[in-house]
Amino acid sequence: MTALAHVPTSTGQPPGPPPPPRRGRHRLLPYLLLLPGAAWLLLFFAVPLFQLAAASLYDPSGSLATGYALTWAFGNYPDVLQAYWPQFARSFGYAGIALVLALLMGYPLAYAIAQKAGRWKNLLLVCVVAPMFTSFLVRTLAWKTILSDNGALVGLLRDVHLLGPDGRLLATPIAVILGLTYNFLPFLVLPLYASLERLDHRLLEAAGDLYASPVQTFRRVTLPLSMPGLIAGTLLFFIPATGDYINAELLGTPNEYMIGNVIDSAFLVRLDYPQGAALSFLLMAAILAVVFGYLRRAGTEEVL
Amino acid sequence: MTGMSAKTTGRDAPAGDLRLVNLTKRFGIFTAVDDLGLTIPQGSFFALLGASGCGKTTTLRMIAGLEQPTSGQVLLGDRDIARLRPYKRPVNTVFQSYALFPHLNIFENVAFGLRRRGIRSVDDEVMRMLALVQLDDFGHRRPAQLSGGQQQRVALARALINQPQVLLLDEPLGALDLKLRRQMQIELKRIQTEVGITFVHVTHDQEEAMTMADTVAVMNAGRIEQLGAPADIYEYPGTAFVANFLGQSNLLAAEAAGPAGSEVPVTAHGANFSVPADRARADRGTVYLGVRPEKLHLADSADRVPAGHQHVTGVVTDASYVGVSTQYLVRTGWGGELSAFAANSGLGGRLPVGASVVAHWDPRHAFLLPRKPGQDDDRTAGLLDEPVGASS
Ligand SMILES: Nc1ncnc2c1ncn2[C@@H]1O[C@H](COP(=O)(O)OP(=O)(O)OP(=O)(O)O)[C@@H](O)[C@H]1O
Ligand SMILES: [Mg+2]
Repeated sequence: MTALAHVPTSTGQPPGPPPPPRRGRHRLLPYLLLLPGAAWLLLFFAVPLFQLAAASLYDPSGSLATGYALTWAFGNYPDVLQAYWPQFARSFGYAGIALVLALLMGYPLAYAIAQKAGRWKNLLLVCVVAPMFTSFLVRTLAWKTILSDNGALVGLLRDVHLLGPDGRLLATPIAVILGLTYNFLPFLVLPLYASLERLDHRLLEAAGDLYASPVQTFRRVTLPLSMPGLIAGTLLFFIPATGDYINAELLGTPNEYMIGNVIDSAFLVRLDYPQGAALSFLLMAAILAVVFGYLRRAGTEEVL
Repeated sequence: MTGMSAKTTGRDAPAGDLRLVNLTKRFGIFTAVDDLGLTIPQGSFFALLGASGCGKTTTLRMIAGLEQPTSGQVLLGDRDIARLRPYKRPVNTVFQSYALFPHLNIFENVAFGLRRRGIRSVDDEVMRMLALVQLDDFGHRRPAQLSGGQQQRVALARALINQPQVLLLDEPLGALDLKLRRQMQIELKRIQTEVGITFVHVTHDQEEAMTMADTVAVMNAGRIEQLGAPADIYEYPGTAFVANFLGQSNLLAAEAAGPAGSEVPVTAHGANFSVPADRARADRGTVYLGVRPEKLHLADSADRVPAGHQHVTGVVTDASYVGVSTQYLVRTGWGGELSAFAANSGLGGRLPVGASVVAHWDPRHAFLLPRKPGQDDDRTAGLLDEPVGASS
């Protein structure tokens, strides 16, 4: 905090002329710059978060009609966990598998665009982002068509006996995972691209010159140097994918419902606010725990 | 280097000479390296000199395997390595851009090559190498925390530690101050003689090339203009480009009419001169008569010119004092300018600007070079107006 450097020392200073006003402004400037963002955060994040925290401790027997009482009902938490742990587990499981799939596709894609695409680079980047021009809902509905029982894909898979004659994709975990992978892939690819783009090609040459095979070069140079983008991309993918409910809703059945679907119905269908709020808080805590655990392991000094 | 243990030098099977045969590299229609032929004897110190953009780095990159030759061979002993992947070649490079790994500390940067070859205990070697480049206490730092010269030394250590059969150095000392540069030159030369690695050293510093190298090659527009021992090239350059690239030369446009006995008589600007036949690269037609500035002496009158010397008269137009010597520019009767260096030995006074002088030289120090008929101007010392790139 450089501002502190300008604080005059109080010890034994002779009464001199007051410090020029510019100093005071200089000291306040960082805080003034923070103000709009901080106000925004307070109004639209901290206050609702606080309300949500309060709601999660309401008496569970209340309802919208009868009104809620804040009874510090901490029992809400174990209750919802017991009732909905399968959806919790599913959320993390699906998002995790989708992340692995997205990494397998996204890393080579980002690498190719950043290092090999030459003058096609910008066009390819637009292609990565292009699906975002249509709404999330529409894209997911399109997948419903792609995966439908009488669609070409299922037909093909049945023909090559990867699916049984009655096998289907829609309304299975596979459909939900594919949907998640597809919908959040750009969030993984873009940060990865940004850090691979900065990768100095001459470093790869130097590694080759120093007896590193292509595999070793990837492991020892490319991967570590793309770590910041990899971490950012993984988080940007994993966090929204874990909380997502549209994919499970449109491509799955209640058997594939994730925790997002439960929260959705608690707030909008069953109007059980304490339950919805407690689930939301649990989800947030779980994601934070996973993220911090991950950052610890990935352990780049740039992040922590 | 006796300290290098046997296990780290698994590649000192006799390498043999490095030979480049008809090596050519084109980028599109631009020929960066043009039908290069070179033999670099095993264990020798070879310096490659040339103007910026003449293809030195491209040549090194083809030896290292970082660039595929358009045609030609790179032979190490009897083995053609031109199509071998870089990591399979017993060749290491000190890159012009250093190319240190930013995510690894200095220790790991230096250890990189050893580790990739599966050598486990690298500590002693790395510490010895860091000591050699005077960076003992820097092992834990990141490259970004070093100065340019320190980074350059890390790049050197990182390549040297592998004891390759051929070490390619692309201006490895460019960023160092004079003192450190001299120190590293001596160190490099010592390592090279002790270990017997073939060094191919690209440099802009002709003094560096001449003091360190067994053989110097002067490159121009993708070709080798001349190759030989430093003293031979300097004393008897092969082309006008070399005469002015390696040191400076006064080149007078002249006409020769073939040898007469052991002499080649020439006329330049209406005056007659002669050059020993064994110092004539061309002895008929249009030629350049060349004299190095330090071989050109100035006298205040014609009767002070020693017997056997040849001379032209002129007027001093510039005198710059550079410490060890004074550099004079002399305007001749026909309007050309000659450059002369006089050692500040304390003998004889300095000549003032405007003084009439006689510039004289021993014909045994002059040389004749071929000149294209179109080139009618004198080439005054230090002028570099040869093309440095060629398109085909
Ligand atoms: N990848 C490339 N594509 C096109 N032209 C290139 C490429 N690499 C080098 N060149 C051209 O080839 C010529 C030789 O380049 P090179 O890097 O070998 O020069 P150099 O002798 O090392 O110069 P310097 O002393 O400035 O380092 C230059 O004119 C350069 O522009
Ligand atoms: Mg170069």
